[in-house]
Amino acid sequence: MGQAYTPGLKVTTDTLLKQRRVLPLRGEVMVQANTTVGAQDVVARAELPGDIMPINMANRLSVPPGDVRSLLQVEKGMQINKGDVLAETKGIFGLMKSKVLSDNSGVVESISDTTGQLILRGPSTPVEVLAYLPGKVVEVLDGEGVVIENQVALIQGIFGIGGEAFGPICMATSSHEEALEPSHITDNMRGAIVVGGARVSHAAVQRAIEVGVAGIVAGGVDDADLKAMLGYDLGVAITGSERIGLTVVITEGFGEIAMSERTFRILQSREGRQASVNGATQIRAGVMRPEIVIPVGANDTADDADSQWEAGQLAIGRPLRVIRDPWFGRIGTVSSLPAEPAVLDSGSRTRVLEVDFGNGEKAIVPRANVELIEA
Amino acid sequence: MTIDPNSINVILATDCGSTTTKSVFIERQPDGTFRQTQRGEAPTTVEEPFADVTIGVINAVTEIGEVAGRKLVDEDGRIIQPAGTDADGNPVGCDIYISTSSAGGGLQMMVGGVVKQMTAESAKRAALGAGAIVMDTIAANDGRKPHEQIQRIRELRPDMILLSGGTDGGDEKKVTEIAERIAPARPQPRFGSKFVMPVIFAGNKDARGSVDSAFDESIDLQCVDNLRPTLEEENLGPARDAIHDMFLEHVMAQAPGYDKLMGWTSAPIMPTPGAVGNILTTIAERQGKNALAVDIGGATTDVFSVFDGVFNRTVSANLGMSYSISNVVAEAGLDNVLRWVHLEGMDERELRNRVKNKMIRPTTIPQSREALVFEQAVAREALRLAYVQHKEFATTLKGVQQQRTVGDTFSQKISGTTIVDAMKLDLLVASGGVLSHAPRMSQTALMLVDAFEPEGFTTLAKDSIFMMPHLGVLASVHAEASEQVFTRDCLVVLGTCVAAAGDVKWGKPAFSWEMRGSQNAEGDLLGGQLKLVEMTPGETATVTVKPARGVDLGAGPGNPVAHEVTGGSVGLILDARGRPIALPEARDEARDVVEGWYRELNIIDEGDA
Repeated sequence: MGQAYTPGLKVTTDTLLKQRRVLPLRGEVMVQANTTVGAQDVVARAELPGDIMPINMANRLSVPPGDVRSLLQVEKGMQINKGDVLAETKGIFGLMKSKVLSDNSGVVESISDTTGQLILRGPSTPVEVLAYLPGKVVEVLDGEGVVIENQVALIQGIFGIGGEAFGPICMATSSHEEALEPSHITDNMRGAIVVGGARVSHAAVQRAIEVGVAGIVAGGVDDADLKAMLGYDLGVAITGSERIGLTVVITEGFGEIAMSERTFRILQSREGRQASVNGATQIRAGVMRPEIVIPVGANDTADDADSQWEAGQLAIGRPLRVIRDPWFGRIGTVSSLPAEPAVLDSGSRTRVLEVDFGNGEKAIVPRANVELIEA
Repeated sequence: MTIDPNSINVILATDCGSTTTKSVFIERQPDGTFRQTQRGEAPTTVEEPFADVTIGVINAVTEIGEVAGRKLVDEDGRIIQPAGTDADGNPVGCDIYISTSSAGGGLQMMVGGVVKQMTAESAKRAALGAGAIVMDTIAANDGRKPHEQIQRIRELRPDMILLSGGTDGGDEKKVTEIAERIAPARPQPRFGSKFVMPVIFAGNKDARGSVDSAFDESIDLQCVDNLRPTLEEENLGPARDAIHDMFLEHVMAQAPGYDKLMGWTSAPIMPTPGAVGNILTTIAERQGKNALAVDIGGATTDVFSVFDGVFNRTVSANLGMSYSISNVVAEAGLDNVLRWVHLEGMDERELRNRVKNKMIRPTTIPQSREALVFEQAVAREALRLAYVQHKEFATTLKGVQQQRTVGDTFSQKISGTTIVDAMKLDLLVASGGVLSHAPRMSQTALMLVDAFEPEGFTTLAKDSIFMMPHLGVLASVHAEASEQVFTRDCLVVLGTCVAAAGDVKWGKPAFSWEMRGSQNAEGDLLGGQLKLVEMTPGETATVTVKPARGVDLGAGPGNPVAHEVTGGSVGLILDARGRPIALPEARDEARDVVEGWYRELNIIDEGDA
């Protein structure tokens, strides 16, 4: 027994999921506690303060900053419309006056005697938070948002792009080892969460965008395909704000890699059911992995094959995935946990374990290079 | 609190990192010197479910206590101070307890100034020197429109803001304008929505009134001495001190358990990188050396330097070995990475996918030799790029008017030139996973030499357990103890690098060398060659080098130099590859050359490909 170095990704058919859905700034909560919400219901709303537009009145009036206030025709807090007169010069003997008109609409936020600047704040923009997780509102956070809870099938991916998306699960390939190609994407997949087996190509993603697919879930992606999808080389794994036309969730990693058979089976058995997916990934400062969430249905069968294991514990027989070359992506079980550190081919001395890949093939792998398959 | 250094015999120090809290124990020896005797570590407990940093501290300290046979924590879970004995005569406690912290992502700041290259850059230097991560620098001439700057300030959630601008008695209007852009943006602090944003103003002292009136009660303004009182003078001390005070009052006070921890420490808690800067400055001052230290992490690379007493620190965000590895390859280019790889048959597509897989699974380690060679090649490029950024930042003051005489007619010296001089560098210190945990010391040494390209005579060392932060705080209480532990326990000396700069021609004589002392040897090096002379730790010798015409080893082109050198885990590295190190353009030829260097330094063994 030992503690796993890398926490596994959650792939489970039935877990209680709690989601905290909060606004970026204080606002109004739209739902009440103990009510049931749908994935795309608005649960909270706020007004994002408008853009700030500084206007250099001293320059525009050609006067010292200290004289600006006496020429203003507006005051702090006033609502201004585009074209309104902000200030007027005194002119010469009351003649040849010049006016400064506002280029924008907004409210006068401040006027500075030191710099002669007038700060205009534009109209606010509404921000809405959707429920994302369909379920019961178990807590209302006053002015901030809600906590929603439900029993769900939860599949965490390793990497994703794009934000939250919603749609029915639609299987595009017949096996977990089949790559997702453009030919798999059909017109009736509009608005769906399309599941492919192994690597998804850039061409397949382009075809999916044309069709209007809401999201894609696939086992792997090639670095070159990702670059083509984004239009740039991703340097740091902080994603979620991309706007490529759909959301992509990768379950295993980069390269030619098949989706885990169990993940594929769980999604396949829920074909046609509504899912919420989120591609947002953040690997620094509070790990966030992309996910697929499907509420548990009355006729779902649990797939508890791995639930006998304690979370995070390495033990003989425990299923795992190797997450670094030379056996990257291979799935096997722990067959031995030597206590003594071993010297690797690289020359490093570190703690290792033995993996049984199931066909009589075994390998010694650093403990840091495996990931538990968590149920 | 003033502490009498003579009364200190037992020192306990912790560094609370984002994931691990490391503790070290330092004791006065019978001969009066200080040595680090024990160390321990435990997971940091700032996050839920513990949400109390002191739990991790107590765990790390208890580990030391158990090994040292000394009770350090009392029944109430507090660190016992001062040191003494219990009823049974067993040793208990420590005389001082000190700590650093980078938990919760460290100190994150935004800085502002009027002119980007002048006051804003000085403000950035002050913030970086205090140990902060600078999220953005706002200046009147940063190329952004006012509304874009305001939008940016709104998006950031810094722990505090440092505002500078204007020389004392100079223009007040421009710096007030910057304040007026910050005020309506209503920047929100990262921790605790109920807390007001701390803003330090270190600009034109005459503008304090107008800056103050630009802000309302949503800002806690503190005014300190101008960090650029005149164009010719930079005065970063007061701003740095204010940052440390605000760090303790605002940032630390809100982090879980820190109020308790602050009550335990004998000196103020410092941000970890600020403490590293402190020890490097102390060593440079006390030993009269120019020193450079690098800490390469998963996400960022910090470079610290002290040249002629001037300290500089840069943080290269997004140059790191795991979270940011993909960015290193993108910025450097795969060809630049592969020039350090001597192995054939690496598939480019496969390598790019491996880099991305390391980015999304950052805790994995190289298992195969091929993976290690590639990772160390990426490290060379990450370090090289971080060093380039450091050299660009560590400059003489910009905007200073130079009085020129007839003698300066042909001098190209202008304000804003880098103060980092590879020929003047005496000590180069490595820390961070890829450098500290390289299977062979010679791998660490050559990564340093290839990336930093030191010239002349330079001592190479590594801080294998990253003890510099602890010693940085100790330096503020007991500089002598700090220096002794730094030299004897913190640094693992790798050896000395003697490198030729100037007009080195590949295949032609570069320099001859002669060694007299613990061993006697001599030889000649051709341009492009690298030679290792094994010298064990503690060995010393005088090395005299005679460069060929146009080649410089520290005394000017063609002039001989004699220098005392020390051995180490690697030894004496004689480097005649020239500066910058240029490899043959043909890929096969370059691979053979690199393989030759790796064989000479025992990075690869006989028989290995």
